[in-house]
Amino acid sequence: MSDLKIGDKVFTSRLFTGTGKFKSNEMMEAALLASGSQLVTMALKRVDLNDSEDDLLQHLKPTNFSWLPNTSGVRTAKEAVFAAELAREALQTNWIKLEIHPDPKYLMPDPIETLLATEELVKKGFIVLPYIHADPVLAKRLQDVGAQAVMPLGSPIGSNKGIKTEDFLRIIIEQATVPVIVDAGIGAPSHAAYAMELGADAVLVNTAIATAKDPVKIGLAFKMAVEAGRMAFEAKMGQQKDHAEASSPLTDFLN
Amino acid sequence: MSFKSEIEKLNWDQISKQIYASTAADVEHALNTAKPDLNDFAALISPAAAPYLERMAQKSHDLTVQRFGKTIQMYAPLYLSNECQNICTYCGFSLDVKIERKTLSDEEIMAEVKVLKSYGYDHILIVTGEANKTVGIDYFKNAIQLLKPHFSHIAIEVQPLEQEEYEELIGVGLNTVLVYQETYNKENYKKHHPKGKKSNFDYRLETHDRMGKAGIYKMGVGVLIGLEDWRTDSFYAAAHLDYLEKKYWQSNYSISFPRLRPCAGGVELKSVMSDKELVQLICAYRIFNQEIELSMSTRESEVFRNNVIKLGITSISADSKTDPGGYANPNVNLEQFEIHDKRTTSQFIQSIIDQGYEPVFKGWDKVLQ
Repeated sequence: MSDLKIGDKVFTSRLFTGTGKFKSNEMMEAALLASGSQLVTMALKRVDLNDSEDDLLQHLKPTNFSWLPNTSGVRTAKEAVFAAELAREALQTNWIKLEIHPDPKYLMPDPIETLLATEELVKKGFIVLPYIHADPVLAKRLQDVGAQAVMPLGSPIGSNKGIKTEDFLRIIIEQATVPVIVDAGIGAPSHAAYAMELGADAVLVNTAIATAKDPVKIGLAFKMAVEAGRMAFEAKMGQQKDHAEASSPLTDFLN
Repeated sequence: MSFKSEIEKLNWDQISKQIYASTAADVEHALNTAKPDLNDFAALISPAAAPYLERMAQKSHDLTVQRFGKTIQMYAPLYLSNECQNICTYCGFSLDVKIERKTLSDEEIMAEVKVLKSYGYDHILIVTGEANKTVGIDYFKNAIQLLKPHFSHIAIEVQPLEQEEYEELIGVGLNTVLVYQETYNKENYKKHHPKGKKSNFDYRLETHDRMGKAGIYKMGVGVLIGLEDWRTDSFYAAAHLDYLEKKYWQSNYSISFPRLRPCAGGVELKSVMSDKELVQLICAYRIFNQEIELSMSTRESEVFRNNVIKLGITSISADSKTDPGGYANPNVNLEQFEIHDKRTTSQFIQSIIDQGYEPVFKGWDKVLQ
């Protein structure tokens, strides 16, 4: 399985993970370690940036985790830029997962504010990974203003519904010159494997791991699924066909 | 356009009749449909749903875990004043109740902050009576400015305000406003609120529209259970929520379940809600609306509170005082009501952890609006 490079970092794991919804920070750490994940995202709103002993961060100290603070909770580009700057200062990383969802019900990302904030944050020296709807034009626009990856959703966040935006993800993957990370909606290892088979560069999983009865075991299951999906993609799987190959080809007479 | 014009389209008796005429088939439909609507909510709160309580609880649990994970948000009420110009038949702060009146000074507020911070609280709910001259917009603004450096999330449960006043308070760091209609039955409302500014049913009814226009982050809706038939009243609250969510789509919403208990010399209750019925209502809200915050105070008992954590409640207080200044200098003569669950914060959070949940103190940040 090939490595994944984003910005200045190289990842051997293509499974990115979240830190919300776990029953304890101990359980979170155990599950994330089992998943083999090397990039974990945490919501600024859950972290006490003034407390160097913050319990959540303490459990993310193992060196295999790179931190990806996210802006969950902000509703505008202006708030997002402010939150990102605070995170950079407090957590000593210029990586930011940009999430701007003014709609608290389905947490749909705001494309206009996301583009504005990405542009601004890139100028300020951030490695920006924006969470977006599976919108191929927006993905291109974000890439043009310097996003280091794009993170389109597979289905509504937290829904566990799997890859419902497949047709649009295919276009994004085909056109992208930056890594495509399928984020949101991945509810089962098979969904993750499928996204990887489509050619996604990585997936981000949170709810499905955090809310499983055995988060450690499912963390491992996701690790295996992501690896299997990626390897299948790299192996250039046989194409699905609706019909068998004709045994009497119509163009035989040309030979 | 406000909820006032919406509520005029509803007929109390017809809704009541619809709820009580719900059948098992209606409840089955509500439990099986992907997107329950208000009719489904009516079925879920009906007597016909009583035999389905366990199924409702399982569904409510699953939906809550999926959305909120295994976490419970902790908050503490902070009573700043018990001065009040209203007469409310059920309330310990009512103008006609002979209790000592107190409004906290800056120093007294900071003494409360010190205690609450030592318990770990980071989300705070300011509570007052309604005394516009002494505890009005300027008082709230000052209090929020005092509290802001110490808390990540600030909510208020005070008299209804004007849109511009909400805007002003949001500007200094207010995140959430809770205003309960008490009852959506206008005639009955008047009986329970005979005097004071609160006697104006319509002004209170339109409060959430004013908050929505002001761009508040979260608003709380609810009824005081017991003043009316709880099922019909709760249907109105759900209709209010449904209207607000569609109109003010950028705001979050919260429901809580204050339940009056029959007591000697107290107000005569129109309905007394059992524990089973309260669980039914909590689960009905969750099935109706997966994203909403469901909140519970220390009015309820220890056993009840321990168990509803798994049933859909996502936000809870502990160790509360309902007398202004009560954290630093307890004085029962100033109380609004006596709390039921008297465990300390650390005892309470241990019971959450024992049940496989993480108590969250910080779930928001000062920089977010």
